[in-house]
Amino acid sequence: MRTQQPPAIVVRGLEKSYQDLQVLCGVDLDVEKGSIFALLGSNGAGKTTAVKILSTLLRADAGTASVGGFDVATQPDNVREAISLTGQFAAVDEILSGRENLVLVARLRHLKGTGAIADDLLERFSLTDAGARRVSTYSGGMRRRLDIAMSLIGNPPVIFLDEPTTGLDPEARIEVWKATKELAGRGTTVLLTTQYLEEAEQLADRIAILHQGKIIVNDTLAELRQLLPPAEVEYVEKQPSLEEIFFAVVGETGEDDKYSAAEQPNAKRKTKSNKG
Amino acid sequence: MATHFFADTAALTGRSLRHVTRSLDTIITTAVTPVALMLLFVYVFGGAIDTGSDSYVSYMLPGILLITIASGIAYTAHRLFMDMQSGVFERFQSMPIVRSGVLWAHVLTSVTANLISLLIVVGVAILMGFRTGAGVMAWLVVVGILVLFTLALTWLAVIAGLSAKTVDGATAFSYPLIFLPFISSAFVPTETMPGPVRAFAEHQPVTSIVNTIRDLFTQQPIGDDMWIALGWCVGILLAGYGLAMGAYRRKIA
Repeated sequence: MRTQQPPAIVVRGLEKSYQDLQVLCGVDLDVEKGSIFALLGSNGAGKTTAVKILSTLLRADAGTASVGGFDVATQPDNVREAISLTGQFAAVDEILSGRENLVLVARLRHLKGTGAIADDLLERFSLTDAGARRVSTYSGGMRRRLDIAMSLIGNPPVIFLDEPTTGLDPEARIEVWKATKELAGRGTTVLLTTQYLEEAEQLADRIAILHQGKIIVNDTLAELRQLLPPAEVEYVEKQPSLEEIFFAVVGETGEDDKYSAAEQPNAKRKTKSNKG
Repeated sequence: MATHFFADTAALTGRSLRHVTRSLDTIITTAVTPVALMLLFVYVFGGAIDTGSDSYVSYMLPGILLITIASGIAYTAHRLFMDMQSGVFERFQSMPIVRSGVLWAHVLTSVTANLISLLIVVGVAILMGFRTGAGVMAWLVVVGILVLFTLALTWLAVIAGLSAKTVDGATAFSYPLIFLPFISSAFVPTETMPGPVRAFAEHQPVTSIVNTIRDLFTQQPIGDDMWIALGWCVGILLAGYGLAMGAYRRKIA
């Protein structure tokens, strides 16, 4: 990793309270450029509050935060140029079509050739066929994909994904993971919040655990593993996990078919068997 | 950033106009209540009301138009409230746009949607026998006053949409506004009302607006009513705008 460059996100001593409830009590963290950073925590740990401060939606009570080199409190307009936020609930317009959503965001980012940008993203996220349909007819996974596609418009160097897979079924979750990995592959910095340990394990270069308003651990997965007691070797009969059973039953093991399955939200059963 | 104000507002207005054209029922519902009131007053109560004018539908149309606007702006509060409930609002706020454009888009959409509803109501009134000899200038002034009234009430709707806790709360504020024309010169001459009611009726905004529009329709000379009406509209508009922007800043700060 290119550790020589200044970090994309720098947070120092961030504090935030809602009335009497202190949500963040001095959060420090650095996110390297082009990395995926997972902020892990249970419900109410303050993950969303942190993301809202970093995306200029909330003001911190104390501490500083900079994104892409700009201070979130004093240079919010520059920060907004540098970021995209994919909030906890899919931030898509249900009444517009998928394509219209993308065109709208492209116009609001003051880009030229908005139609071509929209068509390109529909293609990239396997939404071309659904592009003209109203988003209210989309499945949860398609909505999330559109949501992420909207966040990519204008290639912002930093993307916030706030619990991107909460409420998604396993297939859709893997779709989102794939999209996230692609993003980081293109050099985008991703700050991801999640309450799923597996998600952080799958995606993140670095994982921080936010607990009671403080970062209690901040390491790579390999380093985190060393915090745990050494692995013991035991012989246990391995029962298939429910996830494995799910994919075995729906026949979704091939990489290529994942998107097409999600595009038919009403299809009860896939008749085609996969090669994988 | 200022150079983007018009482009951002235009993009966002296009979006919310699509919301209107894709749920035309909002325009129709806006027009249904005033049309029903018009039918009720002309064909049921009208015979017993002596206004001293030849055509009761022509007499009451100005008040009906204000009721149309008062019920139409409830949808603006509704749409704004729904935006804030969904993640779309936060997405806009986290983007490099001119932030007041989000509100202006709803306001311009409100004006457009209300003008369409007003057109429907006037069309029905014409079918029911509304006639006017008003010329182009008089019509332009009527439209101007109606747009001003719509803008004034829309900014009130924005306050409601921004500060409401529930969707019902967002729209409920419009009920008293819909009721206001009944205690005015809109349906019966204020001279017939008992003292205190008459005093209220003659000094609330609707009466001066109704009288002005009525004078324009009947080609009467317009008196002080016009300036009082403009004063009310501009006053409510400025107060509403100031409070709405204040509520908005608190919301997004």
